[in-house]
Amino acid sequence: MSTKGKVKGIIANLVIVEVDGPVSQNEICYINHRGVKLMAEVIRIGSNNAYIQVFESTRGLKTETEVEFTGHMLEATLGPGILSKNFDGLQHDLDKMEGIFLQKGDYTHPLEVEKLWAFKPLANVGDKVEAGSWLGEVIENWIPHKIMVPFTFPGSFTVKEVSSVGEYKIYDTIATLENVNGKLIEVNMVQKWPVKIPIRTYKEKPRPFDFLETGIRVIDSLNPIVEGGTGFIPGPFGTGKTVLQHALSKQAEADMIIIAACGERANEVVEIFSEFPELDDPRTGRKLMERTTIIANTSNMPVAAREASVYTAMTIAEYYRSMGLKILLLADSTSRWAQALREMSNRMEELPGPDAFPMDLPAIISNFYARAGFVYLNNNETGSVTFIGTVSPAGGNLKEPVTEATKKAARCFYSLSQNRADSKRYPAIDAVDSYSKYLEYPEFIEFVSKTVSPNWVDNILKAKNILIRGHEAYEQINILGDDGVPIEYHQVFWKSEIIDFVILQQDAFDKVDASTPIERQKYMMDKVLEVNNTSFKFENFEEVNPYFKRIINVFRQMNYSEFQSEQFIKFENELKEIIEEKAVVEVEQI
Amino acid sequence: METTAFQKIYTRIDQITKATCSLRASGIGNEEMALVNDRLAQVVKIEGDLVTLQIFSGTEGIPTNAEVVFLGHAPQLAVSEELSGRFFNAYGQAIDGGPEVEGKLVEIGGPSVNPVRRKQPSELIATGIAGIDLNNTLVTGQKIPFFADPDQPYNQVMAMVALRAKADKIILGGMGITNDDYLFFKNVFENAGAIDRIISFVNTTENPPVERLLVPDMALTAAEYFAAEKNQSVLVLLTDMTLYADALSIVSNRMDQIPSKDSMPGSLYSDLAKLYEKAVQFPNGGSITIIAVTTLSGGDITHAIPDNTGYITEGQLFLRKDTDIGKVIIDPFRSLSRLKQLVIGKKTREDHPQVMNTAIRLYADAANAKTKIENGFDLTDYDKRTMSFAKEYSEKLLAIDINIEIDTMIDTAWGLFNKYFSHAETGIKAELVDKYGKIENELNKTI
Repeated sequence: MSTKGKVKGIIANLVIVEVDGPVSQNEICYINHRGVKLMAEVIRIGSNNAYIQVFESTRGLKTETEVEFTGHMLEATLGPGILSKNFDGLQHDLDKMEGIFLQKGDYTHPLEVEKLWAFKPLANVGDKVEAGSWLGEVIENWIPHKIMVPFTFPGSFTVKEVSSVGEYKIYDTIATLENVNGKLIEVNMVQKWPVKIPIRTYKEKPRPFDFLETGIRVIDSLNPIVEGGTGFIPGPFGTGKTVLQHALSKQAEADMIIIAACGERANEVVEIFSEFPELDDPRTGRKLMERTTIIANTSNMPVAAREASVYTAMTIAEYYRSMGLKILLLADSTSRWAQALREMSNRMEELPGPDAFPMDLPAIISNFYARAGFVYLNNNETGSVTFIGTVSPAGGNLKEPVTEATKKAARCFYSLSQNRADSKRYPAIDAVDSYSKYLEYPEFIEFVSKTVSPNWVDNILKAKNILIRGHEAYEQINILGDDGVPIEYHQVFWKSEIIDFVILQQDAFDKVDASTPIERQKYMMDKVLEVNNTSFKFENFEEVNPYFKRIINVFRQMNYSEFQSEQFIKFENELKEIIEEKAVVEVEQI
Repeated sequence: METTAFQKIYTRIDQITKATCSLRASGIGNEEMALVNDRLAQVVKIEGDLVTLQIFSGTEGIPTNAEVVFLGHAPQLAVSEELSGRFFNAYGQAIDGGPEVEGKLVEIGGPSVNPVRRKQPSELIATGIAGIDLNNTLVTGQKIPFFADPDQPYNQVMAMVALRAKADKIILGGMGITNDDYLFFKNVFENAGAIDRIISFVNTTENPPVERLLVPDMALTAAEYFAAEKNQSVLVLLTDMTLYADALSIVSNRMDQIPSKDSMPGSLYSDLAKLYEKAVQFPNGGSITIIAVTTLSGGDITHAIPDNTGYITEGQLFLRKDTDIGKVIIDPFRSLSRLKQLVIGKKTREDHPQVMNTAIRLYADAANAKTKIENGFDLTDYDKRTMSFAKEYSEKLLAIDINIEIDTMIDTAWGLFNKYFSHAETGIKAELVDKYGKIENELNKTI
């Protein structure tokens, strides 16, 4: 008999329920409001009262309304059919909902119950299996979607029966397993998993080392991220967080992209809805939407579901990782999630931490980031979840609690700078302030020197150094005046500007420039460093600025041209001529 | 609003604070409206049988034996074509002496649009102001505020934009505006002969501040009626959102909530987002566009109100006085329209994006040159050219008194580039220069 309760108090979306039996923390319950069931989660228990946060508006709710408890925590429904879907924060299928407006309690099934999937067995009768073992697969869009032993199954099992090749619905039994006590258990294609608990059905989680190509030069060529790595992008509004996230979702080298639109603008999600089904994935030639799943809890959707949305997204990512796939999870923005926690903590009258956020915020954030990672599965296949979150620091101040807590948890830091955004230097990532801890990993250095270029990491360090020196020279020039410094200073500054204009700045809206494959990035970095290693002779400082502007202009025209096209080579030759005009000595070896 | 028969009347109030009163009652719904001695109030908290009511106009003079009648519904508005051309207060009651509007009663602050049912905004809103059309193009279904100090003419600019925008309906939500400003809007709309397209919900400084919390929801509920049911393009003007947020903080303070940054409630982001996200492009052609005003204190955008607003809205428009030309301009550095990418170079000429960015970059170079002068340094030839460019750019394109077509704006910018710079200095894609801006001038020969 499940526990029932009655509403005793209502404070916005915090509802106090008097219960008649056992309830557990984070248990899901439904309020029966005029025939509509409103989903809610237990967030505190005191004597006979459960405090629940309702994932809907509580307008019109009355005391004495009945509440039914389900006996389980918030769960994700995992099975074929997740790919290309648009879910709300609680994994209800948005496309199945009726009408233009979201109605309270309109909870739709996340999967297609009636759809037939072409199933192929992978396990044999008599095989020893455990949670996460692959029993069979169906082709979902283009991903071989593995049907696994449910993650909740404890211990080891023997396969007694597995369905033969054929078409099945998700709730059809596809295998029968026997546990150590001889009990037979039927398995279908669907399993449930509580979203707040990490899925741990893998053998090992080593330090990540495999370079994840994003096509964004300021990331790949200066602060690279790895498969299974973590990164975060803090930036004041208007600095291009969302454009950057969209670029990542379009271009990154991953099998599947999960976008958690967490408390952000609805029109941004609409952009994905309307563009991704049209855009081609350059790697596979398929449409981008075929590898994308969206969890949308936009800023006008119920606040309590916002926190759930990031966990739902992460659980789906971990599920697909267990199939041996590379997943990129993007969350925009984790600050909204933190704010949702703050609103609830405030209503429960908990003692506040800094800026009225709950005291355990740093722990919550680092636990979440820790769920990303590169793993060796039990069958020695590999899979990964790379997580990049954005942070919207209040007032653009990076010393606020969410940014500080995230900085401790994430390994890559992509700092968006207001100054760069103001002067339209996009993407506005400050290459010097930003960092990638992976550059220090010996296993990463070894990996890229084999796969990209032996001097890739060295070049990154050189480029950063040039940028720092350029900045110093710029400050000197500003303090002492154009003619108060040696001409050499102008050269140092303008050489760093070449890196800025040619490598760092990238036009996300230009067909060619939007995404740069690593081969081309390497080529351009070598070219730029070559110019940097050249000494030029100038009569006076006034010659420096126009000369380098010409160099930059030609470089930019190269960026806008197809790689190694006729036009590209034409500009490259033009560049050579310009350099020869003022170069003093031959190009040094790099 | 009148009471109907058989409604239970409560006459014993347990507690009274500055803004709320509490009484014992049963069967009351959350957020339900009530009358306390004929003053409108709303349920904000229920604990057992103790119901807390927020009285919008304050509790001054409310006795413990006041008559309390619950109305059984959340705040609502009667919507119909009759709303057109009318002026209302925060409760949706007529203040222009005309009859009460008859129509379908709709609860305000209704449900959100399912994101998958939205359409991507794609209709450009032309205003004739180059600081907007060229640099920060607006699109139907967008939400964007003016960030302005109180001394700037934001209401005038907003009224001008509204009248030029060719919307089917213009709905004004005035929160804490002065009576003078209210009369200004009324005059401008009447003089433009646009009064039939206008609906106004106004809370002036003469009304109690908490009342204004209802204004934006009233305006947006009316907007949803015309946009979703009548397929019209609706422009909603909200001024001043800073005063709205101040009212939020008053209420949260009286409800003993822990304040977060700048003594604003922790839910400020969600509270503002709920309103701004009503901006939408419906699939059937109707749209709601929101242009708001957020007044700043000393230009500080790190304050919680403009900061949270900036994260919600699709850009912001900054007004600034340019002392070089003595006019108010739309600041090209800090202004931004996020949705412009959907139309520029697509609905407008293909060279629009690059021309826009180049002009702003050169304007930034001029700002650097100015810093050099302030620091007492000599200017290079390039610096001098950027400064002349900046002045002319400001005068011919950024000033808010401009009213020209977008193509003319782009051509004007090309004209300025060619007057002051070489093609290498502008760095525009060669094929665009060939097509739209090719010119043999001195600079292109010598450098």
